[in-house]
Amino acid sequence: MVDTLADIVGPRHVRTALPERLTYAKDGLPTHRRVPGVVVLPGSRDEVIAIVRLLGALGMPFVPRGAGTGLSGGALADGDAVLIVLTRLNRILKIDARNRLAVVEPGVVNVRLSLAAAPHGLQYTPDPSSQTACTIGGNVAENAGGPHCLKYGVTATHVLALEVALADGRVVELGSPGGEPWGPDLVGLFVGSEGNFGVATRITVRLLPIARAVRTLLADFTSLRTAGEAVSAVIASGIVPAALEMMDQSCIRAVEDSVYAAGYPRDAAAVLLAELDGGHEAAVAADAATIEAVLRAHGARSVLVAADAQQRERLWLGRKKAFGAMGRLSRDLVVQDAVVPRSTLPDVLETIARIGAAYGLTVSNVFHAGDGNLHPNISFDGRTPGLRERVEAASAEIMATCIAAGGTITGEHGIGLDKLRYMPLLFDGDSLAAMRAVRHVWDPEERVNPGKVVPVHACREWSGVRSAEWGMRSRGSPVDSALRTPHSALDSEAGVR
Amino acid sequence: MSLLDRVRALLGDEAVDVAATPDGVPRVAPASPDAVALLLGTAREEGWRVRIEGAGTWLAADAPADLALTTRRLDKIPAIEPQDLSATAEAGIGCDLLRQHLADRGTWLALDPPGLAGRTLGSIVATATAGPLRQGFGPVRDHLLGVTFVTGDGRLVQSGGRVVKNVAGYDLTRLEAGAFGAFGVIVLIHLRLRALPRADQTLVLEGSREDLTQVAEDIAAAGIQPAAHELMSPALARRERWLLAIRFAGSGALVAAEEAGLRAATGGRFAPLRADEGHSLWMRAAESFAARPVAFRIGGLPDSSDELLDLLQHQVGDEWISASPAIGAIRWGGDATIDRLKRLRRTLAGLEVPLTLERAPWPVRSAVGHFGAYREGVGPLVAGLRRTFDPGEAFVVAAEGAE
Repeated sequence: MVDTLADIVGPRHVRTALPERLTYAKDGLPTHRRVPGVVVLPGSRDEVIAIVRLLGALGMPFVPRGAGTGLSGGALADGDAVLIVLTRLNRILKIDARNRLAVVEPGVVNVRLSLAAAPHGLQYTPDPSSQTACTIGGNVAENAGGPHCLKYGVTATHVLALEVALADGRVVELGSPGGEPWGPDLVGLFVGSEGNFGVATRITVRLLPIARAVRTLLADFTSLRTAGEAVSAVIASGIVPAALEMMDQSCIRAVEDSVYAAGYPRDAAAVLLAELDGGHEAAVAADAATIEAVLRAHGARSVLVAADAQQRERLWLGRKKAFGAMGRLSRDLVVQDAVVPRSTLPDVLETIARIGAAYGLTVSNVFHAGDGNLHPNISFDGRTPGLRERVEAASAEIMATCIAAGGTITGEHGIGLDKLRYMPLLFDGDSLAAMRAVRHVWDPEERVNPGKVVPVHACREWSGVRSAEWGMRSRGSPVDSALRTPHSALDSEAGVR
Repeated sequence: MSLLDRVRALLGDEAVDVAATPDGVPRVAPASPDAVALLLGTAREEGWRVRIEGAGTWLAADAPADLALTTRRLDKIPAIEPQDLSATAEAGIGCDLLRQHLADRGTWLALDPPGLAGRTLGSIVATATAGPLRQGFGPVRDHLLGVTFVTGDGRLVQSGGRVVKNVAGYDLTRLEAGAFGAFGVIVLIHLRLRALPRADQTLVLEGSREDLTQVAEDIAAAGIQPAAHELMSPALARRERWLLAIRFAGSGALVAAEEAGLRAATGGRFAPLRADEGHSLWMRAAESFAARPVAFRIGGLPDSSDELLDLLQHQVGDEWISASPAIGAIRWGGDATIDRLKRLRRTLAGLEVPLTLERAPWPVRSAVGHFGAYREGVGPLVAGLRRTFDPGEAFVVAAEGAE
């Protein structure tokens, strides 16, 4: 198999030596580690298709991977699987300014597309914090978000059409450049399927005009609760900011202690970074003034309006590099991801702080407040005996808190390996079984990115006739039982193959 | 035991509505998602063929079936959350009623689908029929946070949730939106809302289609971002000539600035409408499509809009047209034979433009299909999904038609 892979992509692009494979043993989340059996780096769509066909004929599992910046353990492959790394498929095939769309290969780095579109006055709007490294293909797999998705929508909103290599190597084209599907919306189904349905080999995305007017505001608060309440007030104002981000004190200090120091007030309990944009200077200025008044009326100690592009960039750099800055706090950092209804933010943030204190852990928050999309980050040293288990237990309590508030377990990072155990907290056995059955339509043998997204043990049997039992069935809360389920999400070194 | 006796035993007498069905198909109106599941589980066991109905004002209630399942009693609004800009509504709620409840709480569902004001929410989601506001606020799927649906064998499946970002599990919500019920009966819908716009202004310009097409291009090129940017045929607009209608909705400052931008870009040619005139224009245009036997939508590219309008004029006429030229979306209404529709779809397929049949009498939709033949390799995927969600082929849905 290795020889045949080498015939397809050239020997230089097949990695079998352990030190090389170890390079791909993790993604952006430090708590999961899998060493792939073989790593292959195709350089063209034809090579991808040939590889997928070969693996289909051999019945071998495989995992598509972009830049490996994911935060759910979603792009990790076991020793019996082939990791297909798509970073060499990095060509922007077309920018159609008239129709405001671009066609790209999956390995194109997110920010490169916006840079390429900029001369046309256009941009690719989804902007994950990792946008200088992450790939569009990975964004499609995870349905990635980013700060500016508050106004402009997540990746799924911007993907128009896809060319996909299915598990057996057949190639299908989904969607159309105009965005109208040919039949049911299979593009919508594919985006966010975490690589379970095949490999996207060509992606058509929507581009949007670069806003002509921008205002960036930094509001600081003396309590986290007040900052959370201000978020609801901004949303209720009727003006949709392009972005509305929050950082708590721990995060602020980490940023200010780093090379990314942005001038955030170190004594603030929280800051809100709000951005307004649009096509008209006067309108954006007026809306920004309204938002400033709302922030002040809801407890902001001060509101700074960025004076120029340079100051705006500095404020944003601190936010975008916050995860990197927090990496300096300790050896390991778990970046969590959950969403709650925006009105519950004040209560949920307080509960998360209590959970962190109860487990003796440092929990920092930097997140997309306008979407209610939390990122509680736990800093720890994985070498300390017993600490990983405490991190795991605290994470589980945080997830349960978010679900109890009416939220969900991931807003943009995906399920991957990391969140599998929480899926039964959200979905009943039939809903999980439906997802698995859908997966079987695309990949009957579950060879593409196996073991991710749907916890097989929690699926109700799908085939067969349903009996008329619906009115009577028990609807007991699955939360307690799922939290009692033994698991080992935080893989130990001994578990690495 | 007859079918009706069986249904009465399952759901009670009040769930059966025989008198109201013009074609004699027993109509069943379950009052809860669980009752829908119970009914479809039984349908699967008994081999009944089921057609899905809402208020019956969009897709005609004329598909041959053993029973008609109407969502009209699923009409509750369990939650409106102004602070979160979200709501949860059952599929059978009429959009006029929903809109009123939302407005009372200062919120707005930025969808203006074709059809009568009382169309059910479930019908709009199942057929993915967005109206002119798709220009500024996107297609139907962009307004959905989650759905609960019942499969053809009576399973309740939930997808998504009620928060504005959610990537937990596969996005079955997007699969259900626009599937015309092929994958299940949508019973509950979580919606993304917007704050009721502080200002809402419509401006119009009458002229030849050619002239207005150029104006539409100028508006797009000037970076103006209207909520709606719609080119309407004279009959649809009830004018002598074609009409380009621009709608701005948002904060007072935004709408004022956009209006000024429009004046600058077009030399002040547009005439503002009073609020009641604007409302009436959009409502009448939407309702006009419910008065035509056939409606379809095509999704091209902005730079092909003019060519596509020419094609429609040539092949099926252009009396009832509503187009968003800046995004390439066109809706056509009128009457057309099966052969003409099939020929048009073939021509459009050659141009890489999909045609979705939104509304037609059963003989037309069963022959033409909502989607027609799928592209290479996609047919087996759709067939597999249909088997997954409707293993007994209970749902009477003309997805593909008889090609």
